[in-house]
Amino acid sequence: MNAMDTVVQGALLGGLYALFAMGLAVIYGVMRQVNIAHGDFIVLGAYSAFVVVAATGLSPFVVAPLTALVFAAFGYALQRTIINRTLGNAILPPLVVTYGLSIIIQNVLLQVFSADARSIQIGALGTASVALGAHLAVGWFPLIVFGTALAVAALLEFVFNRTSLGMAFRAVADDPEIAQVMGLRDGQLFAYATAISLAVVALAGVFMGIKFTFAPADGPNFLIYSFEAVVIGGLGSFWGTFAGAIILGVAQAIGFALNPGWGILAGHLVFLAVLVYRPTGLFARSAQ
Amino acid sequence: MSLLAVHELVAHYGDFQALFGVDVTVAQGECVALIGSNGAGKSTLLRSIAGLIPARAENVVFDGTPIGAETAPAIARRGIALVPEGRRLFASLSVEENLRMGTFSRRPGPWTLARVYDLFPVLRDKRATPALALSGGQQQMAAIGRALMANPRLLMCDEISLGLAPAVAKDVYAALRRVRADGLATIIVEQDIELARTMSDRAYCFTHGRVTLTGRSAELTRPQISAAYFGVK
Amino acid sequence: MTIAARELRVERWTPASRLGAMLAAAAGVALATFPFWAPSDIMRLVVEFACLLAIAQMWNLLAGYGGLISIGQQAYIGLGGYGLVVLANDAHVNPFFCVPLGGLAAAAFAVPTSRIVFRLAGGYFAVGTWVVAEVYRLVFANIAALGGGSGQSLTALIGIPRDVREAVTYWIAIALMAATTGGVYWLLQSRLGLALTAIRDSETAAESQGVDVARTKFIVYVAAAFGSGCAGALYFLNALRISPDAAFGMSWIPLLFFTVVIGGIGTIEGPIVGTLIYFVMRQFLSDYGSWYLIVLGVVAIVVMIWAPRGIWGLLAARTSWRIFPLAHIVRDPRVDA
Repeated sequence: MNAMDTVVQGALLGGLYALFAMGLAVIYGVMRQVNIAHGDFIVLGAYSAFVVVAATGLSPFVVAPLTALVFAAFGYALQRTIINRTLGNAILPPLVVTYGLSIIIQNVLLQVFSADARSIQIGALGTASVALGAHLAVGWFPLIVFGTALAVAALLEFVFNRTSLGMAFRAVADDPEIAQVMGLRDGQLFAYATAISLAVVALAGVFMGIKFTFAPADGPNFLIYSFEAVVIGGLGSFWGTFAGAIILGVAQAIGFALNPGWGILAGHLVFLAVLVYRPTGLFARSAQ
Repeated sequence: MSLLAVHELVAHYGDFQALFGVDVTVAQGECVALIGSNGAGKSTLLRSIAGLIPARAENVVFDGTPIGAETAPAIARRGIALVPEGRRLFASLSVEENLRMGTFSRRPGPWTLARVYDLFPVLRDKRATPALALSGGQQQMAAIGRALMANPRLLMCDEISLGLAPAVAKDVYAALRRVRADGLATIIVEQDIELARTMSDRAYCFTHGRVTLTGRSAELTRPQISAAYFGVK
Repeated sequence: MTIAARELRVERWTPASRLGAMLAAAAGVALATFPFWAPSDIMRLVVEFACLLAIAQMWNLLAGYGGLISIGQQAYIGLGGYGLVVLANDAHVNPFFCVPLGGLAAAAFAVPTSRIVFRLAGGYFAVGTWVVAEVYRLVFANIAALGGGSGQSLTALIGIPRDVREAVTYWIAIALMAATTGGVYWLLQSRLGLALTAIRDSETAAESQGVDVARTKFIVYVAAAFGSGCAGALYFLNALRISPDAAFGMSWIPLLFFTVVIGGIGTIEGPIVGTLIYFVMRQFLSDYGSWYLIVLGVVAIVVMIWAPRGIWGLLAARTSWRIFPLAHIVRDPRVDA
């Protein structure tokens, strides 16, 4: 295995992690809260698509946007009915409630689907690749994931920086009290943010289910990767999160190439190193 | 009938009671000053009117409607705008975005970006800069402009001269006079008693969460105000 | 009206708390006699309960009183456990003596770890501590000398008669239960407890009154690591076998979150109530797969939203029960009469 190949494969893996991480970044960027069930929603997205694909025979690439729509509606309802009740200055209630959701999702999936690993099949596209030079071949599907992640990052940057909704998101994150005095309903804004987050999460989940096999207990690892990418990238920019995810993917790929037991650990160590030497992240906007 | 009538308002921060049955009215087109030492309850009153501190419906009546129990966004949409103490501009928004925040109360009217820029020309030049890169006086102008963009029927200004050089404070109040020229009802909280008196039609003096003195600003004497200010009987 | 100061008495103890203390003392004495008559499986259960309670008390100290919401205390449970195994198996230290040493090992790791995780606040601190626990899990899984991913058995206990082993383990468990619960109570009555209360009310106000917020949180973090490390060492002394997944795994987290929140966070009684509920539910519902976790998850959400002081908080509000009184009550004899 050559070094170039390792880095490229790691960067492509980072594209998937970027999709994971941006949903978390949306929620933190608006509510300053961490959704502990984030990774479990990714896994739930994969199972949802798995069931629909099996039942209807539709292409996973058709099912993915449908899942995103359903998840957006689900996220809106979840935020309005449950998570908004934990709003306030205390940090414990949102953590406990989203952790409770995490445990519920994991164990309901375990009861329904057992602990067996599943995967979503996309036929020949799953193995098709394109040659980049003599010693480097890149799979079509990882390229699609990477391109989708770039598009999602660009779209989120546009929404947050160029639209009224994005302005309201940033304002309520800066100063929720004065945002209300300006006529903004924070509960509704938070519900929009969760809807956006879960739509991205659903896409990430379907792609994850195509790339990996998945099982009910996989969620927490995906939460941790997402979190690491967001912290490495720094607050305030989805491009930063995207870059953080690429760094994480490359770190894991290099670690894995050195020793199969070191892959995930290498990602954690890069995260800790950033925390020690650049606690605001590598690409933080200076205004934050 | 008065535009705003606050009646027997009480307010608490946790176990601490900040207002003990306060009565304040503001007529159409009137400017009312709230004076008193720090912690006397002036800001608490403004926060209660704005809906940031819970009250009972009948404690705050605006244009004949009891609004005391409504949420802050609902009250904002009725046309009560607050220029908060310490300005509190949105840090990750540009100057112009801060001004546009006022439009979320969805109230059409004479105040537009162009008119705010005419009032504070310096803001037009700095429209794209981050709000917190402005000087203190410019930030205060942006905070007033942000409130005006909501086209309020009642404007509440909490210590808009705080931390500003005297000359800058004078400019800010001169602008406020021009804003009030077409008869906008205003409440000002002001530490500088002379400034408060010359600016306002009537004044209320607060001590320890109660109104201890009220009257026409021109008729209140210095000894009266001092006595009320320090709670001396 | 003026009241002469000497006529007033300031009290901490109420009749309920005196009764509670006497009952607790009686229960403690009764519990201590178990090794002379109780079957071993009951004793193993009590030891496990004691470990869970100690861990819950430590998490309550950290999250409920210190405001440090950690999802990664399994780092210190696991370090305590591995501390025991390394010291007993490889350094041939008396395994029972290794329980407090396991706690010290955990505390020693907590000192540098705190410097990293304290860079994060709120929800980020929570997930950051989790990452740290995962790092420890993966590092230990990569150490072949400690059995790698499959772990190893506590061979140091070979040669100690079974009844002696069970009895001593059991007594250590009773002592740990009393020490963690009493330790938290004692800590809260000290100057540190006052500082914690001030920080809980307002961090900025506490700082301006001269409370060293960073130092107070550091002490609480290291103390909780020590207690969790002792509990982890005891847990694996009872289990006789350790692996990275059992030591640092995520299955500890529901214990931390659910027991303390359901019982009543920020009270000493809450973790006791919560651990009892957790333990009973696990014993009776474990035949139905993971349903007990689903039920606990639902209950935790319901409690957090509609009864954030937990079950003990509900009880305490409706009665005047205080087993561990922390408030001072001013008594005016004339009014009381």
